[in-house]
Amino acid sequence: MKKQKPTEKIVFKSEKEMPLMVMSLGSMLHNKTGAWRNIKPVVDNAHCIQCGICWKFCPDMSIYIENEFPVVDYVYCKGCGICAEECPTKCIAMVEEEK
Amino acid sequence: MKKVIMGNHALSYGAMLGRAQVIAAYPITPQTQVVELLSEMCANKSLDAKFIKVESEHSAMAASLGASLAGARTFTATSSQGLALMHELLHWASGGRLPVVMGNINRSMAPGWSIWTDQNDSLSERDTGWMQFYCASNQEVLDTTIQAFKVSEALAIPSMIILDAFALSHTYEVVDVPDQDKVDAYLPPFKPALKLSSSEPHAFGGLTSPDHYFELRYKLQKDMEKAPALIDKTALEFEKMFGRRLEQVEEYLCDDADIVFVSSGTAGYTARVAVDQLRQKGIKAGNCRVRVFRPFPFKRIRQVAAKAKRLAVVDRNISYGCHGIFYQEVKSALYGGADTPPIFGFITGLGGRDITPGDFGEMADYALSKNKPEEEIVWIGVKK
Repeated sequence: MKKQKPTEKIVFKSEKEMPLMVMSLGSMLHNKTGAWRNIKPVVDNAHCIQCGICWKFCPDMSIYIENEFPVVDYVYCKGCGICAEECPTKCIAMVEEEK
Repeated sequence: MKKVIMGNHALSYGAMLGRAQVIAAYPITPQTQVVELLSEMCANKSLDAKFIKVESEHSAMAASLGASLAGARTFTATSSQGLALMHELLHWASGGRLPVVMGNINRSMAPGWSIWTDQNDSLSERDTGWMQFYCASNQEVLDTTIQAFKVSEALAIPSMIILDAFALSHTYEVVDVPDQDKVDAYLPPFKPALKLSSSEPHAFGGLTSPDHYFELRYKLQKDMEKAPALIDKTALEFEKMFGRRLEQVEEYLCDDADIVFVSSGTAGYTARVAVDQLRQKGIKAGNCRVRVFRPFPFKRIRQVAAKAKRLAVVDRNISYGCHGIFYQEVKSALYGGADTPPIFGFITGLGGRDITPGDFGEMADYALSKNKPEEEIVWIGVKK
């Protein structure tokens, strides 16, 4: 449930340093997919019943639970809207990005 | 102990003696008996392995990859459409450096629906990064399977053991089935290069940017280039223990030959009969049976070509719009060589039509009557 700690990007200088197959490169940590987003989920905690369904359904693990409420990680959230669709109280709104 | 067994069961005994620990397979004619016997061995505990029944060949290979990465010696077998269904995961096996050993019974691709032999199924997987061994006898199938575990695991590259549908898969021959303790002494337990572990968890083969992918492929090719020497070394060790020698190519009367057939699979044994018959008629023929196709045996093919006056490459396969596939490869290996003889390409026996000694006679007549090939493909046996 916790946000993964950032790690240094692994870059091999030569093929000799590399294993036969890449293992745990953590490449997705450095692939900041939040830039793909057109609309973003905004949670209204006043109507949230803390069910955790948004956390469970997020396909990119971009929702964390902090102090028992969902928090969206906008660095990685692609704005797919699955959390808003699945929310039983409809307390997640998909809001247009303004940039 | 000597047993009379079919080619398919030679594969099963090879996997059993190699102590395969996981077998994941889906049945398809003409491969079915391979895994049928292995499932019996698992059921009656003569083989201590997990047999995974799956719903398709795609799943068979997927389960094999998981098992291999978990550190188990893994075996499967398939044929034709089943092999084609595995295609994307064949890349995953070699790219993931997982030494799965698989039997493939050469069966023609549909349509028309066919269960009979030709090589287009396995040769369509030529570029997937698997080693490919084409067998011509049941003894060779068993011996190759045991050796393949050793070579594959040393290089972390998977192997495909290939035999002709029916001509070998269902043909009974005397096979010397070695004792388990001798095979154990020859083939130590699998020590994986990479391993799934709950105490040291890793994600394998994840998103790999242009920073790293190229090097992974470079390393795979560099290891593949080590294979020919390792295949020879492994075969030599095998000969010392079991008295049987397998080579990358099997030469038969090539030294003084005016025409050398380059053949593979069971047609490679028919070719030897044809060579004897031709020599009785005064034609100096020879045969070079290609046993290892990937890695391609450049050195051995060049040695044979250097002493041959003509090469006749016999393909039970076709790359549509081009040539027979062995023909392409042999020409490519010999291109630019100072003493390269004329090379003729024959296509025959597609869809399991018999390739007879008479067909080889026809090829010899054609090649000996010409100084160089006049057609891109010479078809033998088409009803025109």
